[in-house]
Amino acid sequence: MSSPETKWKTIESGPHSYEEALHPVVRKNYGKWKYHEIPKPGVLKHVALSGDAIYTVRAGTPRQDTVDMVRRLCDIADKYCDGYLRFTVRNNVEFLTPNEAHIEPMIAELEAMGFPVGGTGSCVSAVSHTQGWLHCDIPATDASGVVKSMMDTVYNEFKDMKMPNKVRLSTSCCSINCGGQADIAVVVKHTRPPRINHENLSTICELPKAVARCPVAAIRPTVINGKKTLMVDEEKCICCGACFGACPAMEINHPEHSKFAVWVGGKNSNARTKPSTMSIVAHNLPNNPPRWPEVTDVLGRILTAYKAGGRPWERVGEWINRIGWKRFFEETGLKFDDDMIDSYRHARTTFNQSAHVRF
Amino acid sequence: MEGAQKAASDEVVRENNGGSNGDEKFLHPTPMLDELEKGPWPSFISGFKELAERTENPMLRGVMDQLEYSYNTKMGYWKGGLVTVDGYGAGVITRYSMIKDKFPEATEFHTMRIQPAPGLHYNTEMLRGLCDTWEKYGSGIITLHGQTGDIMLQGIVQDKVQACFDELNKDGWDLGGAGAGVRTAVSCIGPGRCENACYDNLEAHLQIIKHFIGPLHRPEWNYKIKFKFSACPNDCTNAIMRSDLAVIGTWKDSIQIEPEEVKAWIAEKGMDALVNQVLNLCPTHAISLKDGEMVIDSQDCVRCMHCLNAMPKALSPGKERGISLLMGGKNTLKVGVNMGSLIIPFMKMETDEDREEFIELVEEIIDWWDDNGLDHERIGETIERVGLKQFIEGVGLDVDINMVTRPRDNPYFKAKY
Repeated sequence: MSSPETKWKTIESGPHSYEEALHPVVRKNYGKWKYHEIPKPGVLKHVALSGDAIYTVRAGTPRQDTVDMVRRLCDIADKYCDGYLRFTVRNNVEFLTPNEAHIEPMIAELEAMGFPVGGTGSCVSAVSHTQGWLHCDIPATDASGVVKSMMDTVYNEFKDMKMPNKVRLSTSCCSINCGGQADIAVVVKHTRPPRINHENLSTICELPKAVARCPVAAIRPTVINGKKTLMVDEEKCICCGACFGACPAMEINHPEHSKFAVWVGGKNSNARTKPSTMSIVAHNLPNNPPRWPEVTDVLGRILTAYKAGGRPWERVGEWINRIGWKRFFEETGLKFDDDMIDSYRHARTTFNQSAHVRF
Repeated sequence: MEGAQKAASDEVVRENNGGSNGDEKFLHPTPMLDELEKGPWPSFISGFKELAERTENPMLRGVMDQLEYSYNTKMGYWKGGLVTVDGYGAGVITRYSMIKDKFPEATEFHTMRIQPAPGLHYNTEMLRGLCDTWEKYGSGIITLHGQTGDIMLQGIVQDKVQACFDELNKDGWDLGGAGAGVRTAVSCIGPGRCENACYDNLEAHLQIIKHFIGPLHRPEWNYKIKFKFSACPNDCTNAIMRSDLAVIGTWKDSIQIEPEEVKAWIAEKGMDALVNQVLNLCPTHAISLKDGEMVIDSQDCVRCMHCLNAMPKALSPGKERGISLLMGGKNTLKVGVNMGSLIIPFMKMETDEDREEFIELVEEIIDWWDDNGLDHERIGETIERVGLKQFIEGVGLDVDINMVTRPRDNPYFKAKY
């Protein structure tokens, strides 16, 4: 694949260097910051020990961007920020300037281009998400489309700061959950064991690898029509889809039987309570492109109840810990069912080993 | 949400977006995808259409057609393969269409993972250069950023990968990780803007990933291994759950208090807020009031960050700063989600010598995992299967009570005596 006309010898340089990417005021005050304020939603003010201040304007992006869009963001950075910009881990773009007078015109220009300014403080954040049908090789749904549908419904909550604390969202297109743990997460849930494509299994899969991939030892070698292939013990199968990643002939995705589940209470920060993993609160929601209304409805119910009942600084999981799961289900109108009782490893750690009861 | 439906139904007209204007000739109709042009949040579909109409790149038309087809059938149609650049074994994510007979223009749609600068900082020259090269060789679609932390240049054919990479590499860009090796890392903004940064995570990220660049480009271990660098326990990179090696800034001594700023905070927000929103939310009840002054008992403080977040002007991390190393974070597949757990309570991370000492430790850890791990087993899974005690012994670490929440509650072990 090497092109004979190129003589370039690769430099294994690793991450791009960062110093030239820092605004001069950032470089001058690097590691010497004193405090920050949030003058208004979407705007941060950081003050250094030297007395210098730098303002940040933060805006949401589709994450799935284009060169045209990135060039427009660069135009803003050249015009207002001396040619510097950065991104957050939740796909927001940030423009840093020491010039306070640049804030309002920059906001006006970003909004006119369709980039919502917000994403700061006690807001609903942009969604941490995956690739889906656009590019992934194992997705049961799209990612960017679900995200677009969700963010349209929480657009105002992204732009203002009226939630009890920040709300992190994520989505994932399979049970691997690349989107991660979040306050509210939308994750695919397969409801049937994989259908096995015996025709091409032995030609595209390493059988021992697929057998080893199963967490519950439900996959066994077998022979069908004289061909070496695999079979699934459907009683044992937990519909996780792990085998599909190792062997594309274990067809787990299905237009009807790959559903959505909604999870709540994930938290990565150490603030107040220790980091926590999510719990399932809704499932059997249809995979319903192009706008997934059933999913955005559940998202809205949870956010509405949390906004009304959460105390300052309580993340979604902390709010639920205080009011209890019983009231969570009552106030959101969601229904607890027996599938929500854990049956996997460490299940007993989720049993109520106490006489603490809520009525 | 309240007001959201109104916002969602508002017609948002954007000057620069392509949208459907009836004059389009290049793209085929995509009625399902067009639904995603409605609503106020910026639409990736509008972006794709604008790009496709301007560049008339057939790959974009084919990919839009296949995506529209997926929206109708509710199935995905990409399969993997093997494309890379000279000398590397990873970094290009190969995608061939499974239905290329139907959508020949979408036959190849490979992604190049590119490592951004730590902290996701850019100047416009860097970013414009990247865009120009990408438009020359690829589709022009960019993800900023992928979940592992890469710039994802999506949509290139195999024949153009090497030339594209050479041009990017001349400009200081390198491919990211993939497969069973070290992956691209992520850092928060750290000392670039944040008053809570407890170490220079950007420099640590740069030096540590440069050190492991061989196994990043040529994966050869059991499975992937990820670093993330958060400069304080707020953990804005989600290191604890999203990385095998979570390098989280912390401090050893007492939180610094500015009494005048505490008074100013109370004057502005009131005593109720101090009690309800700061004191009562301290997880270890380490804060008390003494003659109206705020006192923190640092022996009780677990460095959770809450009071610093609530009172950024009045409180700041202690002066003896460094990192905690947590290990084993990973998501659900296959044995369930695992938060990283504390392995090294405190290490200095200020000088090149500190970073070298850290790198040596990580090499020991990876050697242990390489010897003891099974195929497709993340290091947290190996530690759980083999035992934390065995891991500590194998790597030669000092046992520390901070590694557990409590001593064991069962008597079943083989004593050394």
